[in-house]
Amino acid sequence: MRFVDEFRDADKARALSAKITALCAPGRQYKLMEVCGGHTHTIYKHGLEDYLPEQITLVHGPGCPVCVIPMGRVDDAMALAGEPGVIMTSFGDMMRVPGSHGSFFDAKAQGTDIRMVYSPLDSLKIARKNPDKRVVFMAIGFETTAPSTAMTVLRAAAEGLSNFSIFCNHVTIIPAIKAILDSPDLRLDGFIGPGHVSTVIGCRPYEFIARDYGKPVVVAGFEPLDILQSIYMLMLQLSGGEPTVQNQYSRVVPWDGNPVALGAIGQTMELRPYFEWRGLGFISHSALKVRQEYASFDAEMLFGVPGVRVADPQACQCGEVLKGVLKPWECKVFGTACTPETPIGTCMVSPEGACAAYYNYGRLTRQRVKEASQP
Amino acid sequence: MTPGRQGSPQPPPAAVREQVVLERIDRARRSRARVREERITMSHGAGGKATQTLIEALFLSELGNPLLQEPLEDAARLRISGARLALTTDSYVVSPLFFPGGNIGDLAVNGTVNDLATSGATPLYLSAGFILEEGFEVAELARIVTSMREAAGAAGVQIVTGDTKVVERGKADGCYINTAGVGVIEHDLDLGVANARPGDAVIVSGPVGDHGVTVMLARGELDIEADVSSDTAPLNGLVAALLAATPGIRALRDATRGGVATILNEIARSANVGVLVNENDIPVRTEVRGACELLGIDPLYVACEGRMVIVTAGEAAGRAIAGLRAHPLGGQAAVIGRVTADPPGIVQLKTAFGGTRIVDLLVGDPLPRIC
Repeated sequence: MRFVDEFRDADKARALSAKITALCAPGRQYKLMEVCGGHTHTIYKHGLEDYLPEQITLVHGPGCPVCVIPMGRVDDAMALAGEPGVIMTSFGDMMRVPGSHGSFFDAKAQGTDIRMVYSPLDSLKIARKNPDKRVVFMAIGFETTAPSTAMTVLRAAAEGLSNFSIFCNHVTIIPAIKAILDSPDLRLDGFIGPGHVSTVIGCRPYEFIARDYGKPVVVAGFEPLDILQSIYMLMLQLSGGEPTVQNQYSRVVPWDGNPVALGAIGQTMELRPYFEWRGLGFISHSALKVRQEYASFDAEMLFGVPGVRVADPQACQCGEVLKGVLKPWECKVFGTACTPETPIGTCMVSPEGACAAYYNYGRLTRQRVKEASQP
Repeated sequence: MTPGRQGSPQPPPAAVREQVVLERIDRARRSRARVREERITMSHGAGGKATQTLIEALFLSELGNPLLQEPLEDAARLRISGARLALTTDSYVVSPLFFPGGNIGDLAVNGTVNDLATSGATPLYLSAGFILEEGFEVAELARIVTSMREAAGAAGVQIVTGDTKVVERGKADGCYINTAGVGVIEHDLDLGVANARPGDAVIVSGPVGDHGVTVMLARGELDIEADVSSDTAPLNGLVAALLAATPGIRALRDATRGGVATILNEIARSANVGVLVNENDIPVRTEVRGACELLGIDPLYVACEGRMVIVTAGEAAGRAIAGLRAHPLGGQAAVIGRVTADPPGIVQLKTAFGGTRIVDLLVGDPLPRIC
């Protein structure tokens, strides 16, 4: 298939793998974080780690939209969905995320009107078709999905639609990266930058990582060769020269981002003073809310949202996994109490979650994979 | 390792600790299933882990008997007065009722014919039960029944008994059909996924995922158009050709809900073997691959209605492929992998990219009501 197979070429992968191995300094260990959950998914789905020397460890970062939603926000969304006359709409990823009293799927089985949509615009369609209902869109995601939510709000405003609102849980990536850089328990050598977020925000926002923290960043695409090439570019930087921000995904990511998308976000949303992230706690200026001018589309203004903070389940170590301090299998409940079918933590829910990716695709040590694939 | 009194204990290296955790997980996965949910969710019908748990923990635990026990095959095999018979049943709730390449009627006939055929039986007689919603158009029902007549004719079976029920508007979605079927087993082969052993070859009879992708796109919820149609077809002729080609067949399964990946997991689990398949060798139509790429779905989990997974002795694979390819429904049959001794119970995929990963049972439900 064109434009896909070229980026999954095993011969090119072998060549890159050899170059990467050659750049490893003897005795040195390298820890590279892929910030984005989409990268985590690609790495596991294609078995990319098989191409990396033992000296390089990939650390899975916090860029999974579902994974960072705290339990209290899920409970708030459930409360909204339970309001009389409400149709809650949500991306499929969100459906299995557990709140304190079950997930959207469980609520749906009990008769709550919750519908899965592929785009926020589908929620608008539902709102138009059901003028006697109040349709709420569960808006989640980083700067990748925020523009489509913003455009939907603008569309609803232009149409004068009065039965549509969003429950805004959009977060921003830079404060999360900064929280990880300031975290004392993690030593990282470099970052594989989030490609899709960067199509919106561009590459400039990462410059502080190289300048102030001395770590290289390579913004990467989502095919396995993209990631392998980005690792090669990081290793080149680490083997000599000044750390800097590079753009491997230049076929999609403009250096200065997408001004139209940023404009739509800025027009409809503004930064919250602080927001709670699952496992990472409260991070200031790390999330978006609907601007006052668009308050009639803000579910938090239209409905009584309980806003109760719920502590993460004690056994759950999603926070450490999101920061990359723990590997998924190092979590106490991984794979036994917490599995994809009965998740305790969010990292086990989303296909972009590090735990789900490892459980579904990677549940064998590298050594056993090697032994088993001998002809 | 027991640390001495003096000095601090050395933690074992990460790879060793990881292996310990993985073994614990493996034990947890093999332990008795329990339905944790208080209510049925769509996942219980998706053919993945939740379905399996419901069957094990409720149906088998309450209804199990020497003929109804694991490993579950597509049909029960009965011995009555010296004759070997196969009996099966299946209900059809596909939405939409009509889709490119077929409709719920031929699906209901072919599905049951295939469950009998892959059990090694010659399908003979079917029943048909209809649950109709008040208000459903008679003309649509007539189209469905005509398709059933044609499908039964093509498969060489007779529909010999039936039932009709009507429920109030809103209590069903137009038309649901249940079919049951009986067939006769006329050979001495012992077919079953538990028979797989290291060195065996794993074969699929044609491109995978056509039916599931077709139905999903036919719903019109996704603004994607592709030139695909369902692969719904009776497999009894193909099975007969295969069994005539070689005696080395160990197991047959039609890859319906949960797709090829689910069958591979049943093989690994039932026979306590590993299965290693090559992504490059799995036939998938470009249109199906494209749609799956866009939707983030793995074609290995997408339902087929006219494809089967075959396990043969390694040395019989060549003759099996030749036998399949000589039949019109098996032209693109391919060896996709092999059975290994290790790691038991696990399916691995050698990706086109050249890496290796696990292919697990499906969790959740990307494609509801596909059949």
